[in-house]
Amino acid sequence: MVLPMLNPTTSFCGTEQPSHLPEAIRQKIFDHPCYSEQAHHFFARMHVAVAPACNIQCHYCNRKYNCANESRPGVVAELLTPEQAVKKVLVVAAAIPEMTIVGIAGPGDPLANPQRTFSTLRQVAEQAPDLKFCLSTNGLALPRYVDEIVRHNIGHVTITINCLDPVIGAHIYPWIFWQHKRIRRQEAAAILIEQQQRGLEMLVERGILVKVNSVLIPGINDKHLKVVAQVVKAKGAFLHNIIPLIAQPEHGTYYGLTRHREPTAQELATVQADCAVDMTMMRHCRQCRADAVGRLGEDRGAEFSLEQLENKEVDYAAAMLRRQAVQQALAKQLINRQCNSEVKLQFIPVKKKPLAGSPSTRSIRMAVASKGNGLINEHFGHAKAFLIYEASSQGVCFIDRRQTELYCEGSDICGDKEVVLENIIQLLADCEVVLCARIGFEPWRALEAAGLFPNNEHALEPIEVAVKAVYQERLNASQPAQFTTGCKIA
Amino acid sequence: MAFAIVEVCINCWACELVCPNNAIVEAKPHFFIAAEQCTECAGDYAEPQCVGICPIEGAIVDEYQKPLNPLGSLIPIPLKQRRETLTVP
Repeated sequence: MVLPMLNPTTSFCGTEQPSHLPEAIRQKIFDHPCYSEQAHHFFARMHVAVAPACNIQCHYCNRKYNCANESRPGVVAELLTPEQAVKKVLVVAAAIPEMTIVGIAGPGDPLANPQRTFSTLRQVAEQAPDLKFCLSTNGLALPRYVDEIVRHNIGHVTITINCLDPVIGAHIYPWIFWQHKRIRRQEAAAILIEQQQRGLEMLVERGILVKVNSVLIPGINDKHLKVVAQVVKAKGAFLHNIIPLIAQPEHGTYYGLTRHREPTAQELATVQADCAVDMTMMRHCRQCRADAVGRLGEDRGAEFSLEQLENKEVDYAAAMLRRQAVQQALAKQLINRQCNSEVKLQFIPVKKKPLAGSPSTRSIRMAVASKGNGLINEHFGHAKAFLIYEASSQGVCFIDRRQTELYCEGSDICGDKEVVLENIIQLLADCEVVLCARIGFEPWRALEAAGLFPNNEHALEPIEVAVKAVYQERLNASQPAQFTTGCKIA
Repeated sequence: MAFAIVEVCINCWACELVCPNNAIVEAKPHFFIAAEQCTECAGDYAEPQCVGICPIEGAIVDEYQKPLNPLGSLIPIPLKQRRETLTVP
């Protein structure tokens, strides 16, 4: 069988980013939505929940509550056997041709379930050779399985590293299971940290791309993450993904039940900016479920339950041709976007703190309503989340994605509109502009009154191009406060 | 001499993977220890493996129904908050 391949090698143009990356790495991240902010607008991934067991306990995790309606790591609707997982992968790959990556992220730890994990990937590789693999692990068993990871062609591994100091680790990990014993607190943290670091070094040595996830836990590791960023970068990690602690009491986790505070969006952005100076920062993570399916931020898992998979037959050879065509078209769009020399993306290290009072170096944050493909293509009232971008003289940089309630739920059920609008205004308090495809008159007025200028003049344009253009307009406007755009009412 | 798994088990497979005697089997509504095969790991390991890796307090009991990971032994949640969890749906 001839493998359809995306070949970004020849198509990357000279001036695009991420230009500082070696060619081999650019190829590896080109269509991986979790490793490339640009790719996540175009390509999709799926997680197969084949790995239930875990070898450590983290205070932000409770394995008891698995729920179909929740979206957060460690949560799955149904556990799959390797055979069921392979079937699911084939069905999803046929239905979602832009799905390029199969990952195993739990709900436990993939390497605490080595047989199920590797057997799944081996069978997928045999039957669907156009898919790429990744794993997400706590790192405890990583050094032991690096050879297996290489053998199974797993190109990307994510290690969750929350600290380098066992004293801090003792507040995050109550115990680990190590060499046939349960080991607790500081001693446990010391072993875990050592294995994570060794695993990281070994993976880098073998040419595997490593992303490091760190959970930002206020009061525990918030001050420490900068050191983590420095060390993992020095050891060759490719990307650092700082994600906010999720700690609601109803999740039954230690942090949830002890009412540990979650970081605010602003706190998260500040820590991310501090750490980005030292290394490339991922800002588009959606903290997805261990059985998520689709593009980041959209979860189509419910369409592919075990029940629905029954009686489904897939002609994968035919599906692969279709996948190839769709992926090549998407690759073209993505490359066009990368070649736009106006656009500078998140791979540029963020240099913060412009000179006070100097308008030419002022940075401006904008909130964008988008439903994908990197375009401003969502109605303000239909936006489930806003993408936050920051424009400065350095270029345009993606900051984060902020979830919101829908302003408009449909025809007549926009009950608490004012409350929702007030919440959105607060959520976007650090922004100056809201870019959307359309917006109603009422929200327009309310946003403008709050100093958040709505702009729908760039509907259907690529986000970064529009952000850059609006940034220039606003800098050129002598008095930014009086800046308004032509109001096209939806 | 054998342990047993009780209803608070969350079916996470961890014990099944570490049992040296293959005494633990997947079952409904939860995993099950085949008493005739369970040696409590005597002769194999210093501590029983299922008890060592189980994340759920109270899920594995000894022959007198005594929990081997009693309440508070795995996650140090204060009693007050624990009571609140009972009211969480």
